[in-house]
Amino acid sequence: MPKKIVVVGEQRDGVLRKTSLEVLGAGRKLAAGGGVLEAALVGEGADAAAGELAAHGVAVQQVNGAAGAEAVSAALAWLVSEQGYEIVLLADTSMAKDVAPALATRLNAALMTDVVQMDLGADGSLRVVHPIFTGKVNAEFAVQGRSIQVLTLRPHTVAPAAPDGTTGAITKHSWTASVPPRAVVQEFVQSAAGRVELAEADIVVSGGRSLKSEENFALIEGLATALGGAVGASRAAVDAGYQPHSRQVGQTGKVVNPSLYIACGISGAIQHLVGMRTSKVIVAVNKDPSAPIFQNADYGIVGDLFEVVPMLTEEIKKLLGKE
Amino acid sequence: MKIGVLVKQVPDTETKIRIAADATDIVRDGIKYVVNPYDEFAVEQALKVKEQVGGDSSVTVVALGPPRVAEALRTALAMGADRALHLKDEAFEGGDTMTTARALAAALRLEAFDLVFAGKMAIDDNASAVPGAVAVLLDLPNVNLIHAFTLAADQRSANVRRRVDGGEEVVSCTLPALFTCEKGLNEPRYASLTGIMKAKKKPIEEKTAADLGLAADTVGKAGAGAQLVRLLPLPERGACKFIDGDAQQQARTLVQLLRNEAKII
Repeated sequence: MPKKIVVVGEQRDGVLRKTSLEVLGAGRKLAAGGGVLEAALVGEGADAAAGELAAHGVAVQQVNGAAGAEAVSAALAWLVSEQGYEIVLLADTSMAKDVAPALATRLNAALMTDVVQMDLGADGSLRVVHPIFTGKVNAEFAVQGRSIQVLTLRPHTVAPAAPDGTTGAITKHSWTASVPPRAVVQEFVQSAAGRVELAEADIVVSGGRSLKSEENFALIEGLATALGGAVGASRAAVDAGYQPHSRQVGQTGKVVNPSLYIACGISGAIQHLVGMRTSKVIVAVNKDPSAPIFQNADYGIVGDLFEVVPMLTEEIKKLLGKE
Repeated sequence: MKIGVLVKQVPDTETKIRIAADATDIVRDGIKYVVNPYDEFAVEQALKVKEQVGGDSSVTVVALGPPRVAEALRTALAMGADRALHLKDEAFEGGDTMTTARALAAALRLEAFDLVFAGKMAIDDNASAVPGAVAVLLDLPNVNLIHAFTLAADQRSANVRRRVDGGEEVVSCTLPALFTCEKGLNEPRYASLTGIMKAKKKPIEEKTAADLGLAADTVGKAGAGAQLVRLLPLPERGACKFIDGDAQQQARTLVQLLRNEAKII
């Protein structure tokens, strides 16, 4: 039973986020059996992002005039009803965490967040997989019993869609909120320029307490920069004050899902493992050959990170510098 | 000021999660249950606001679930909350985030709170969905993931800080409103011995679906749009390939393997 599917795009500073193309990739798969796939963008300054989505061969519904999560979810709910979409896909970003539950509630839809796998049966039945207990186990859900389903997709689980040689039409709508916004962003402090966002980084290099100081984290920064990746930290390193909580990977920090995760001086307590073990390739550098991190790694180096990491940074620079 | 807190009881973070034989639940024997860690930040923040505002301010903790959930409510009462609501009805079982939100919203609606706090996520279902849904059902503004909270002098709005993708926001929000709490917001207090003794005398009011005016087919499994099919073990990772040699050789070999074998760089 083909479905009418919409992918909700997201832009930052006028640029379409990579996670939006991943969701488009997931949407294409769901639409493969004769379904309809379109994209939606809500908010100001989204012309360039709309153009990029359209260049991937989908019709784009662009809604201007909504600012703030409350207005965005209201505008999206209007658009979904107006266009008769049956499945709404978003990337599981901080925007989606604000918008998706509100949207699903407004539409009386079924909601599944942080989905890592989705399959649409020929009979129209939707099955999704969502990790629970902070990734200690996966759970399969049947999403049914509502005419609309809202799903958020974990970053890095689906390859980004490539352009298909066709261009979709862009339809513009304007939206006026019925009430003034009650939650207003007064100030936005941007993360340091050029720094790769942990949750969406394709490569993450993390350090543990054995780095011994905030200054020594420069070693981790150096390797991450050479690889074009982001810096992460274990809870122990964060608790010791070497890194801010925003960089903590694990149970009470962030769950990351990069292509490459390099754990330096991290023993691999379960609270850390749950935050990174779905990474495609895991490298562990640790002095202790019996550290549990090695049981969850693809490549292991038993050695002193203060010797190994600088060498690794050099070798990476040599390799990538040649290209 | 009337403050509400959404609380969930979850297995302790140290719990070894094993899939039960029929694959529709985890093995529940011997599990130690605790207040969801992020909800502890929510309880603490509510108590802080109560202490700051004074007067006849009160903190009410609200939870949904089976009889054991009363222990989590008792813990919050021992921390200093004044009263508790326990949404307890077999009809609530097997629900999804939306049915849970509907029941919690129905209970909160009867209270008319000025402020509602919740944790940013429950560490068992990892959905981060219930508070946002409750806010819409109650027509409250909602700011998630706060790590700093300041009540305005006139008590009609709050200034909060939160980390989002790409940076940090300072948000001002009119009250009544619902906020979800992130680690770093505060240090949750431990219940004192006197607190524990006092908590024994504090009321836990029980509410069924009928008490809340909810039809049985709109709550729990009957009302859920998402139903658990089965639990799946995590895919196994192959054995770790250890790399020998001195630091330089190890670094060289690893880079070659990442390029030629894993094809990742």
